Amino acid sequence: MGSALSRSEQVAYVAETVTRSVKLLVAGNFGVGKTTFVGSVSEIKPLRTEETITEASVGVDDLAGLDGKTQTTVAMDFGRITVSASLALYLFGTPGQRRFLPMWDDLAKGALGALVLVDTRRLDHADEVLAVLEERGVPFAVAVNEFDGAARYPLEEIREALDLDPATPLTSVDARDRATCVAALITLVEFLFHRLESRP
Amino acid sequence: MSGPRRDPDLVRAYVRTGGRSRATRDLDLVTLVVAAKNPPKSNVTPQTMPPDARRVMGLCGRHGALSVAEIAAYLDLPPSVVKIVVSDLMDGGHADSPAPAETVPELSMLEEVLHGLRALAV
Ligand SMILES: Nc1nc2c(ncn2[C@@H]2O[C@H](COP(=O)(O)OP(=O)(O)OP(=O)(O)O)[C@@H](O)[C@H]2O)c(=O)[nH]1
Ligand SMILES: [Mg+2]
Repeated sequence: MGSALSRSEQVAYVAETVTRSVKLLVAGNFGVGKTTFVGSVSEIKPLRTEETITEASVGVDDLAGLDGKTQTTVAMDFGRITVSASLALYLFGTPGQRRFLPMWDDLAKGALGALVLVDTRRLDHADEVLAVLEERGVPFAVAVNEFDGAARYPLEEIREALDLDPATPLTSVDARDRATCVAALITLVEFLFHRLESRP
Repeated sequence: MSGPRRDPDLVRAYVRTGGRSRATRDLDLVTLVVAAKNPPKSNVTPQTMPPDARRVMGLCGRHGALSVAEIAAYLDLPPSVVKIVVSDLMDGGHADSPAPAETVPELSMLEEVLHGLRALAV
């Protein structure tokens, strides 16, 4: 087993003044730009962890006597932004599929909210992510990741296609472009703030 | 060998952590961890700890705080295992959170995040 310190030169510790931490999720389907987004806004080189989960694979493995369960490795990548002298914000790129639910529970607990990335070429794929967030009670905003060559639609059409609540913020981003990603995060957190502020 | 099939996740974590399958504390992926300033005077030192605990102490030992998720990433361990190891280290007085946890209301927290993000946007 290698020494824990062998890579310590590259370890980006949080600033000494930081004593608190919060998390936001960057959720979305395969290939929608989660990793790119996290990399665009993170102050550290994005990190990656893997967890082995037991996923329920409905009907597939029944004959093999595996009780319909299989082991899968789920990767999540994350980054960090020190938002004040004492507070670190972590952003977790989160695969949205329902079959990753065991990991979702861990991620969603205590999360301030989520930014859901969608791809206009596969809008229907967003349904599952949105449903999971709603079930978990995680408040969210939606950002359309505008891929080159993908047709552009008015946001109102996308809102309708996704059947979003009128209050849910909807913006567009280029996940490679830091400024648009920061703007989308600001939109999300403004929404979270006002939502909480106006709660009776 | 007979009886109900065990959850392999739990078995693996159990083996890795010397008999623990659940963390004793409710740690989050973003819980910050540092080495305790005043570790107990006992014969348990990082040198005599189980390998994973030793590695966590080596990483957090002298340099500053990291979140549970960051520890997992740097040590290439599943976050579930890091939670168990860190819980044990905290129970034993070897690891700590960076400061006595002050509770800040969520609204102020969101405002703080918003300020920080707006500062990035300029
Ligand atoms: N043109 C364009 N390409 C993008 C954009 N965002 C991501 N890409 C590319 O799309 C591909 C997938 O992006 P990732 O960031 O890996 O997506 P992901 O959601 O993390 O994917 P998985 O982790 O596999 O689910 C990569 O090749 C990116 O370079 C974008 O805004 N515009
Ligand atoms: Mg990815």
